[in-house]
Amino acid sequence: MSTVGTGSNDKCKIGVYVCHCGINISSKVDVSKTVRFAAKLPHVTVSREYKFMCADPGQDLIQQDIRDGRINRAVVASCSPLMHEPTFRNTMAEAGGNPFLFQMANIREHVSWVTLDNTAATEKAMSLISAAVERVVFHQPLMPNRVPVHPDVLVVGGGIAGIHAALTLADAGQKVYLVEREPSIGGHMAKFDKTFPTLDCSACILTPKMSAVRAHSNITLWSYSEVIGVDGFVGNFKVRVRRKPRYIIEERCVGCLDCIEACIYKSGKVPDEFNEGLVKRKPVYIPFPQATPLVAVIDAKTCIGIRTGKCKMTCIDACERDAIDLNQSEEINEIEVGAIILATGFKTFNAKRIYRYGYGKYSNIYTSLELERMVNAAGPTGGEITLKNGQKPKAVGIVHCVGSRDNKTNKYCSKVCCMYSLKLAHLIKERTGAEVYNFYIDMRTPGKGYEEFYDRLLEENVHFIRGRVAEITDWVMTPEEEGKLVIRAEDTLVGVVRRVPVDMVVLSVGLEPQPDAEDVGRLFNISCTREGWFLERHPKLAPVSTFTDGIFLAGACQGPKDIPDSVAQAGAAAAEALALIDRGYVVLEPNTAYVQDELCSGCKTCIDLCPYGAISFDDEKDTAKVNGALCKGCGTCVASCPSGSLQQYLFTDDQIFSEIKGVILYA
Amino acid sequence: MPERNDIERFFDPKIVAFFCNWCTYTAADLAGTARMTYAPNVRVIRIMCSGRLDPQFVLSAFREGADGILIGGCHPGDCHYQEGNYQALRRFILLKRLIHAFGIEKERIRLEWIAASEGDKVQRVINEMTETVRRLGPLDLEPITKKVIDYMSVTHHEMVSISHRGSS
Amino acid sequence: MKKPKVGFYWCASCGGCEEAVLDLAEDILGVVAAIELVFWPVALDFKRSDVEAMDDGEIAVCFVNGAIRTSEQNEMVKLLRKKSQLIAAFGSCAQLGGIPGLANMFNREEMIKEVYLRSPSVNNDAEITPKEDIQVNEGNLILPALWDTVKALDHVIDVDYFLPGCPPPVNLIEDVFNMIVEGELPPKRTVLAPDVALCDECERREKKPDKLTLKEFKSPFEINIDPQECLLAQGLLCLGPVTRKGCGGACIKANMPCTGCMGPTGRVRDFGAKALTAIATSIDSKDEKEINAIVDSILDPVGTLYRYSLPASFLHRHYEKMLIGGSK
Ligand SMILES: Cc1cc2nc3c(=O)[nH]c(=O)nc-3n(C[C@H](O)[C@H](O)[C@H](O)COP(=O)(O)OP(=O)(O)OC[C@H]3O[C@@H](n4cnc5c(N)ncnc54)[C@H](O)[C@@H]3O)c2cc1C
Ligand code: SF4
Ligand code: SF4
Ligand code: SF4
Ligand code: SF4
Ligand code: FES
Repeated sequence: MSTVGTGSNDKCKIGVYVCHCGINISSKVDVSKTVRFAAKLPHVTVSREYKFMCADPGQDLIQQDIRDGRINRAVVASCSPLMHEPTFRNTMAEAGGNPFLFQMANIREHVSWVTLDNTAATEKAMSLISAAVERVVFHQPLMPNRVPVHPDVLVVGGGIAGIHAALTLADAGQKVYLVEREPSIGGHMAKFDKTFPTLDCSACILTPKMSAVRAHSNITLWSYSEVIGVDGFVGNFKVRVRRKPRYIIEERCVGCLDCIEACIYKSGKVPDEFNEGLVKRKPVYIPFPQATPLVAVIDAKTCIGIRTGKCKMTCIDACERDAIDLNQSEEINEIEVGAIILATGFKTFNAKRIYRYGYGKYSNIYTSLELERMVNAAGPTGGEITLKNGQKPKAVGIVHCVGSRDNKTNKYCSKVCCMYSLKLAHLIKERTGAEVYNFYIDMRTPGKGYEEFYDRLLEENVHFIRGRVAEITDWVMTPEEEGKLVIRAEDTLVGVVRRVPVDMVVLSVGLEPQPDAEDVGRLFNISCTREGWFLERHPKLAPVSTFTDGIFLAGACQGPKDIPDSVAQAGAAAAEALALIDRGYVVLEPNTAYVQDELCSGCKTCIDLCPYGAISFDDEKDTAKVNGALCKGCGTCVASCPSGSLQQYLFTDDQIFSEIKGVILYA
Repeated sequence: MPERNDIERFFDPKIVAFFCNWCTYTAADLAGTARMTYAPNVRVIRIMCSGRLDPQFVLSAFREGADGILIGGCHPGDCHYQEGNYQALRRFILLKRLIHAFGIEKERIRLEWIAASEGDKVQRVINEMTETVRRLGPLDLEPITKKVIDYMSVTHHEMVSISHRGSS
Repeated sequence: MKKPKVGFYWCASCGGCEEAVLDLAEDILGVVAAIELVFWPVALDFKRSDVEAMDDGEIAVCFVNGAIRTSEQNEMVKLLRKKSQLIAAFGSCAQLGGIPGLANMFNREEMIKEVYLRSPSVNNDAEITPKEDIQVNEGNLILPALWDTVKALDHVIDVDYFLPGCPPPVNLIEDVFNMIVEGELPPKRTVLAPDVALCDECERREKKPDKLTLKEFKSPFEINIDPQECLLAQGLLCLGPVTRKGCGGACIKANMPCTGCMGPTGRVRDFGAKALTAIATSIDSKDEKEINAIVDSILDPVGTLYRYSLPASFLHRHYEKMLIGGSK
């Protein structure tokens, strides 16, 4: 049983500190009343209030009381423990107290911010304070658990965000593993011709970075690979990476394209993913000329050699470097890293979901991403924007917000579509001289140089129609509409319904989380928002951290964002990882489970319960034992021990029972 | 909505909630940050995982005077510790039977999976639970003497034992 | 040296505890020789007035078995408390309420009706039920009142020692007598049995798998019980993991699952809740429907989880007025 007091003779003296949080708390909770109430609770020797407990003068109050021997345990009633528990534990420690003889009562997030009635809020605050007081009596002095941090970092996803994070870390001297699931890194940015708002050439700024990744001695690039298992904890992750067979020996291939040339298929056979299916590729291919690594890959699903073994395998003969191995099998690599950066990006909205827009039904309706490929000089049309019949379009409509800002699809704004629609409008105008009509709901161009880019487009005589497009149809009403696609939309600035006949339509599809985001989240033990974006620890104060220590976010996997923001975030994530590594150790919450040895009956109820294999059976003593280094402190085993012989530091039975008592007794 | 009778009007239920740190507690914080107001009747106790929920906690909360108990954890498959919430589910199902066999309405305990992003679900569930329990009225466990209450809270717990591993 | 004065009394119990004392067999003679028996209504003729005549604290140790459920029992134990230096709750009923404590699932009126009027084996046309105040030829008789709630001994008087078991195992009883004779009693409020669960002394533990994967719970009569394998692993609700050891696994050796008579260990506040947790852990399913179906095979949750400890549980008794056998 836990003893009351810090040491054998040391009586338990509790200080209660109630925070006003400016007026965040005090506008709902009668703070003085709670302070008077707390003063009467058992073992409370000091009860005070202060405007901002987390500010230095607030912390000083606690420290002074400790130093003067007035208290040896503290309860701070303020915000969520998820916010400031570390702060106040530190306060305790600095003044010579034990940081764990401390408990927080969450009277802001759980009381003042969510309660309408002042009396009810005050009562609720009092009951949470009394629970904390009751609980802290049973707290034991504990030592924080320090473990070293492995200096290597894993970056998952090789889009611009992942690339930038990897390079930043590698330049700082850290060893980085960059895992990309496609055959090449580059992500979405590699598909663009130009980037807004500066219109610099995407390849010109991206390619050097991709080459730097390949050449950097600190970076291990594993493309065509996936993370399949993550164990361990901050500073000490054990990761398993599956390297899918590409049937090409990476070290030997020089990207000469001879095998592709030699493939028995004389022309493309399968839709080319990199070109958004606008053209076809062969089973053996290199996704794009700047692909990194510049290594061919053979698609096992379509290669007859691999599928049936009955192929002349002309590719093998063609390869002078003997790089082709149709019997290659997957490889599983295990690595240890201290931090992980997730940069898995986004996917675009499936335009077919909005049937009225006729994507897939009419020809000459493209998604923005398809058009990005079409305008790309290295793309399937060599940068020509042409209709299916080979002619240049005379009129093009660009529909903004496809799948975004719509209750039926995605409610949120995809943030980049207005800008890239302007970019595409410019490029179309420049390449074809066509009339371009942009249909928008609101023009969203916040950002450095963005509004100016919009102004420029206005001067380029692009037409802007404010209104959500109702439908796109080939149902003609006038002779001018004959043979055209008609975009029907309400022009809300004029208040009329317009029918605009065009030759080509571009659907500015929104950004969505990767389809497997939930699974990836689960794999790395982080949460997703309802839409599926990775959830950051705090939207403002910890935008690249997650609730799982040591796992950081960068780029569009956290939410729609453009390249400048993705890169900035990647830098921030790299900095966070560096800070962690540089410190060299992490302090783990000492909330592990422990077996009260001589009391355990060896009933084995707990043995197989731990998902981390932290519990084992000691054959000598015939009792269970917990490996503290593996235990992550969920307490599941503790609750299941039928004889109460397992306990969890910081969450002992006594502590929780007393909290239950406190929460009800005085309310 | 049916008219409230007098008991319902004047009865302010006490509900104790056990929320896991990673999902539901975080969601409750989010509800706060987003200033979603809800009924003040629920008192949240934080545990690291819903798997830490010892059925004793639930019974003890009823004994101490709670009229309802709410348990919150991550969605199945999303537990920060992989499996803890399944353990909670198994216990909860048995617990519900037990509570019922004791003659306590099943609605007085509720298990909800609430993800870290679902602040609005915290708000809804707490409001619903408060209304449900309000309608059920006070739990009014058979009043027991002070003596018994003392016994409850210390019971076997305070009884020392001869020797831990006595031979007998 | 003066022999310590010892008393025995029984309240709501089956008499098995008294038998257990006799189970000391030859040893009982030694015990009787070493102590002075001043009160033992079951075996020797004592009256209440004999006790009333004693000095306060005259009895060194008084053993009380049985739960408390009548006014007479309540009065007697209070009297004995006064006259004894030490009171030991003897057996599960005194310690935790025991089997009679299961009556707390019902209320007094319903129970009387069931036992005296409704039970199919009863022939009671005159509908005579127990009365507290009754007119007989000799005059007016006042009989003890039957309580609505069955209580453990500790609920009505202070108890110094607890001797668990239904009945307490002979070797533990022996130990206690020796301690008394030698004057080496442990600190007050000790449960006089080791504070480790039964699996520790169960020979079948070797065969208990690290993980139980039960899809169904069974009653002993439904299966051919393997005499070596862990009973829980066979799907029987063995409460050994929850129950204090000390009995040497008497039931287990008889190829029957432990039902928990030795009560919980010292770290547990509610036996049934912990039994529940042990059972829940052994269920092999993640699916709500399936778990429900598995749990269906536990027919009487309260009776199973709290067979000996209902009055000492958190919820303590059934709180709704419920008909016996009624389906509500
Ligand atoms: C049509 C269009 C035009 C745009 N034009 C511009 C523009 O002009 N200027 C601008 O600033 N922004 C533009 N954007 C936005 C820009 O695409 C994004 O800001 C940027 O791509 C985000 O980079 P990222 O690295 O976060 O994600 P991505 O580019 O999506 O890269 C993610 C990478 O991670 C990989 N990956 C995913 N999951 C896994 C996994 N489980 N394991 C391993 N690897 C994985 C993917 O294969 C991919 O390589 C445009 C967007 C669209 C849709
Ligand atoms: S508390 Fe128990 S089950 Fe949870 S991680 Fe630790 S040892 Fe494993
Ligand atoms: S559940 Fe408890 S008693 Fe059983 S082996 Fe584990 S720690 Fe020991
Ligand atoms: S569960 Fe029962 S049978 Fe199995 S080891 Fe424990 S006491 Fe023995
Ligand atoms: S095995 Fe269980 S029920 Fe049987 S005597 Fe021992 S403790 Fe009592
Ligand atoms: S951490 Fe939320 S249920 Fe396990």
